[in-house]
Amino acid sequence: MSAIDQKNEPIISLRNVTKIFGDKTIINNVSLDIFRGETFVIMGCSGSGKSTLLRLITGALRPDNGNVLIRGKDIARISVDELEEVKRSFGMLFQYSALLDSLTVEENIALPLREHTKLADDIIKIIIKLKLSLVGLRGYESHYPSQISGGMKKRVGLARAIALDPDIVFYDEPTSGLDPVVGGAIDKLIKDLSTKLTITSVVITHDMQSVFGIADRIAMVHKGEIVEIGTRDEIKNSSNATIQQFIHGSPVGPIDFFKEDIGIAEALGL
Amino acid sequence: MAATIGRFIIEYFRWIKGIALLFYNILYWIFVGPFKGKAAHRQSIFQQMVFVGLHSVVIVFFVDIFTGIVMAMQTAYQLQRMGAVLYVASLVAVSLCRELSPVLTALVVAGRAGSAIAAELGTMKVTEQIEALETMAINPIRFLAVPRFLALAIMLPCLTVLGNISGIIGGFIVGTGSLHINPDLYMQTTFKYLELKDIYTGLIKAIVFGILIAIICCYEGLYTKGGAEGVGRATTRSVVASFIAVILADCVITGIFFFSKS
Ligand SMILES: Nc1ncnc2c1ncn2[C@@H]1O[C@H](COP(=O)(O)OP(=O)(O)OP(=O)(O)O)[C@@H](O)[C@H]1O
Ligand SMILES: [Mg+2]
Repeated sequence: MSAIDQKNEPIISLRNVTKIFGDKTIINNVSLDIFRGETFVIMGCSGSGKSTLLRLITGALRPDNGNVLIRGKDIARISVDELEEVKRSFGMLFQYSALLDSLTVEENIALPLREHTKLADDIIKIIIKLKLSLVGLRGYESHYPSQISGGMKKRVGLARAIALDPDIVFYDEPTSGLDPVVGGAIDKLIKDLSTKLTITSVVITHDMQSVFGIADRIAMVHKGEIVEIGTRDEIKNSSNATIQQFIHGSPVGPIDFFKEDIGIAEALGL
Repeated sequence: MAATIGRFIIEYFRWIKGIALLFYNILYWIFVGPFKGKAAHRQSIFQQMVFVGLHSVVIVFFVDIFTGIVMAMQTAYQLQRMGAVLYVASLVAVSLCRELSPVLTALVVAGRAGSAIAAELGTMKVTEQIEALETMAINPIRFLAVPRFLALAIMLPCLTVLGNISGIIGGFIVGTGSLHINPDLYMQTTFKYLELKDIYTGLIKAIVFGILIAIICCYEGLYTKGGAEGVGRATTRSVVASFIAVILADCVITGIFFFSKS
């Protein structure tokens, strides 16, 4: 696979990154490298810190410790203008879409194009049509986010994320809340974008089907720490009990579903 | 107890610092931004002006016309005893233009547009829309705060002029209708004692109030924390803080004009 041959320079690399909220360590000493053109999947339980990890990479959050390097440059050390430049090469699909409520679908997708390019309006219109047909939403141009379903919002968010043809696209749970058919189509789109346009993709998901469908490499995150990083087969055949439990979705294992050992009756004070 | 007061004071200074920083950033984007090719959008400034201005016209008109009527009745009560009822006209006009119309208009706009701004930006904040803008390398202050700031700073003086006129109409209704002052004489007396200075000091106040309301409401919105409940809190805080700021600023500006005159 292309991703494996290009293993020279990591495009994103995290060095001992730690993030603390209040007195809780949410991300603990995480180091990882993501290479140009690969599809890197981050999986883990709800609340394990996946979205936080993504926020640290995109610069929305600053690490309390450690460094985040994009193309070899520490994003905490570069100037505001350079950071803007870096951000412009990112596309991001948010977990809850984060479309601007006051703008229509069309205006939402046009926003990065209008802000960062000098393209004429009719060209922008064409790009919007193109991106909308990629996510199967032609004809919804003039709808407001409040008028479309959650899954549709997600797809509009995806169209917006890829509007500027970014080098790196971050997807925070791209298929959650989508039906299997559309989910499959989105997986295929992510795969196509990364193979045909050599986009680097960082995907957060707990959808096992899409993990093993699209990933070049996978990182399993648990309680803010990396359990293991490896290729699809390495993860599938991992001997780590946490990973096996997660893949098979079994309720017994090292990942405890109940936070404490308190029974419900006790918690209710009965 | 001392710790609580201490924390309150620290919070207060942090708030002031945040407000000052936002003001600085807004000015930066207004005056420096255009030279970097990143001006605020004219279209969204216009949209906000319509929202702040046009939609407040009716309520400002009614608030000030009734204030004019009340002012006329109250002053007439005093002036009748001195046989100087005619001066109701100038008293109403001067006190409206200098004081009542700028303040009342600001309070109306803070309650109507200011709270809406805080609620809108607060909702955007808690639903990650602000974060999305930042990730797309679109500065939320330039994109959201600057148009609202300009709209308030421009529209509040305009609404104040409307308030002045409505107040004078209110006074005119009482003066000619119930006090039987000749309409021509009423208008003559109004303008005889109304100086240009009375009007522009009122307008300077209006600009300052508009700026204060805009910064406070944008700040409360952009830094909202904690879900829908947080949005509610931010909205209430923005209105309360705007009211206090307007009254305080009114006192300070009036003082400056009063003492600089001599
Ligand atoms: N701004 C914040 N302030 C305080 N705590 C936070 C903040 N953001 C996240 N957390 C905490 O960090 C932990 C991880 O959150 P995160 O959103 O990264 O989880 P996640 O892995 O994306 O989960 P999910 O799969 O449910 O989206 C949670 O326990 C959350 O309470
Ligand atoms: Mg998440």
